[in-house]
Amino acid sequence: MAQKSIAASPEPADPHELPFPPLNRGWGWLAWFSTTDHKKIGVLYMVTSLFFFGVGGIEALLIRLQLAAPNARVLTPQEYDAIFTMHGTTMIFLVVMPIFIGLANFMVPLMVGARDVAFPRLNALGYWVFLLGGIVIYLALFTGSLANAGWFSYAPLSESAFSSRPGLDYWIVGLIETGVGTIGAAVNLLVTVVRYRAPGLTWWRLPLFVWMMFITSLLILFALTPLNAGLIMLLGDRILHMHFFRANAMGGSAILWQHIFWFFGHPEVYIMALPAFGIISEVIPVFSRKPIFGYKFVAGSGIAIGLLSFAVWAHHMFAVGLGVPLNAAFGATSMLIAVPTGVKIFNWSTTMFQGRLRLDTPLLFAAAFIIQFVIGGITGVMFAAVPLDWALTDSYFVVAHFHYVLFGGSMFALWAGMYYWFPKLTGRMMDNRMGKWHFWLAVVGFNMTFFVQHILGIMGMARRTYTYPDLPGYFALNLISTIGAFILAAAVLVFLWNLVWSFRHGEVAGDNPWDAWTLEWATTSPPPEHNFDRLPPVRSARPLFDLAHPDIADHVPSPAEGHA
Amino acid sequence: MTTGTAPTTGTTMNRHKIGMLFFIGSEIFFFLTLLSSYAYLSGAFGNMPRTNLAVPRTFIFSLFLFSSSLTIWFAERSFHARRYGAYRLWMLLTIALGLTFLTGQGIEYTELIRHGVTLNYDVFASAFFTLTGFHGLHVITGLIMLGTLTGMSFAGKLGPENESAVASLAYYWHFVDAVWVAVFSVAYLIFV
Repeated sequence: MAQKSIAASPEPADPHELPFPPLNRGWGWLAWFSTTDHKKIGVLYMVTSLFFFGVGGIEALLIRLQLAAPNARVLTPQEYDAIFTMHGTTMIFLVVMPIFIGLANFMVPLMVGARDVAFPRLNALGYWVFLLGGIVIYLALFTGSLANAGWFSYAPLSESAFSSRPGLDYWIVGLIETGVGTIGAAVNLLVTVVRYRAPGLTWWRLPLFVWMMFITSLLILFALTPLNAGLIMLLGDRILHMHFFRANAMGGSAILWQHIFWFFGHPEVYIMALPAFGIISEVIPVFSRKPIFGYKFVAGSGIAIGLLSFAVWAHHMFAVGLGVPLNAAFGATSMLIAVPTGVKIFNWSTTMFQGRLRLDTPLLFAAAFIIQFVIGGITGVMFAAVPLDWALTDSYFVVAHFHYVLFGGSMFALWAGMYYWFPKLTGRMMDNRMGKWHFWLAVVGFNMTFFVQHILGIMGMARRTYTYPDLPGYFALNLISTIGAFILAAAVLVFLWNLVWSFRHGEVAGDNPWDAWTLEWATTSPPPEHNFDRLPPVRSARPLFDLAHPDIADHVPSPAEGHA
Repeated sequence: MTTGTAPTTGTTMNRHKIGMLFFIGSEIFFFLTLLSSYAYLSGAFGNMPRTNLAVPRTFIFSLFLFSSSLTIWFAERSFHARRYGAYRLWMLLTIALGLTFLTGQGIEYTELIRHGVTLNYDVFASAFFTLTGFHGLHVITGLIMLGTLTGMSFAGKLGPENESAVASLAYYWHFVDAVWVAVFSVAYLIFV
């Protein structure tokens, strides 16, 4: 079985099968606009995302300033609505999704030993359409309005009768565009993994980051077109006065919007989490000096999560009143999805157990990821219990929950990946001392900001509201949260400075500074335009380990491949 | 029709065909969303008076689209056999069948609009025009691609090296056809 797929996946000989040659030789900095090189496009995605991370971060600080004290007037209620809407939209669609796609764009072809992605020009198109979408969303500023109905834009609030200003129309069009671009990137990654793996790199030898990006790309394919269909209907309602989500005598259903949105929205959560799982599954073995514990369980539980993620959406709608049978069914599937996620936690902690841990910055972030993600996961399972959801929904407990998953989880994993792969991207190491400052400031700032929000939520503080009354405890806890947010902002500044400083002055890395095992470390840092001069033989999931230690290689030759 | 150059599909599908299949997978979920929204909203379709859809006539026009799946299959076979004259003929026939189907849609739309059932008339009109309209847009996209390949063939610029383009377009056209089976069933037979 495994031998068969070796034969099916070599670099094709037919010249029409080869990706287009790069178009950008000798254009200087203009080459960035015309490039079809997956590494340059990956960097474009990541730099764009970091820019929007700054924008979304400033929005977050404005929110926390407004909420620092009861009855504050830093922002007007209208401004507050627009800013928390744009904070969510920006962080989800313009930061976390594209930064993972950028990292995958750079890394996946290298990790599978390919020369480029399957469709380099589609890849470039995907990036530029994504960027156009991001710009269009913010272009609304010139109309004097921004989208302000939340990142979920619930109907009927998002209908023209209640949100008549054009900001929301820009938001819809921009999101459709980022969706189209993202689907292009996903098709590209999928075909690259199916078709352009190095000889010997079978499915069960793929690096786990590649596995997770493969599943993520499938989720993107199947979740983003429903969102786009829903956005088109919403735009039809707003511009052409159609009746999809307007509950009036002509028919229409506001709840239909919620179904469509969350059918997209829950897989979206895993689109932002699975790449993080992939990074952690790369970093932890390398820094524990052990192969991952239960490789097939990590990959298999990823598939299970991908499948289940399409069957849990209505847990976002327990408060709507869908009735007990539906609520119970979706509660059950939501609890079920905790099982494959829990499997992964055991994989990671067991890999670390009795490993020779190297406490470099990537492992620090990976370890913090595990702990914080578990906290976010536990509160997630709590919400799967319908009565608890009814008690806590729309409170700050929800805000704390999803920030533990998305910031404490995805963002920390991303930082682990950044410190891990920066040497491959640039040829230089990121500074370890600044990395430690970044890490500790981030851990303290993040937990200070969001842990107290659990308590505020249980006390009953409502989310999506521009201020709060001066009830006992509210002021103190909110002030702690705001101070935490500024510590977190300091951590981000240290990180950005570390990026810039290390890019110019970092220690020269060499091909494989971490003594890692996967194919991306078999080429120079940064890799040449054609990626590899020659590929090492791939006979296990750790080809570079086999190369360095032929006596204790992972690979056990089978009679069928005696020739190898 | 039994011989011809063996197609290179099978164990080594190339990137275009795999890419098209993934893209179609994505598109399936787009239409599933439109179809299930149509079904979800159909409870309120009787709220406003309107003319009925012409089921028998649309069924006949549907047959034109369905048979175009057959003609593009014949086109592909001719292409593999390198009988490019026959290929162009089957492609022209496929385009003609697609255009005939669109004409039927045009008649349907004209009648609805003449009776005042426009996009913003009621929820039925919104759902119906969106569902069938997006299918129609996919037919038009397909026709543009069919026309491009046919034109390239007439210009002598379509040879065995374009096998993957010919095959990917056939995948797409069959998909557009299959979507209409679902749209016709949902909009004309089940939720009326």
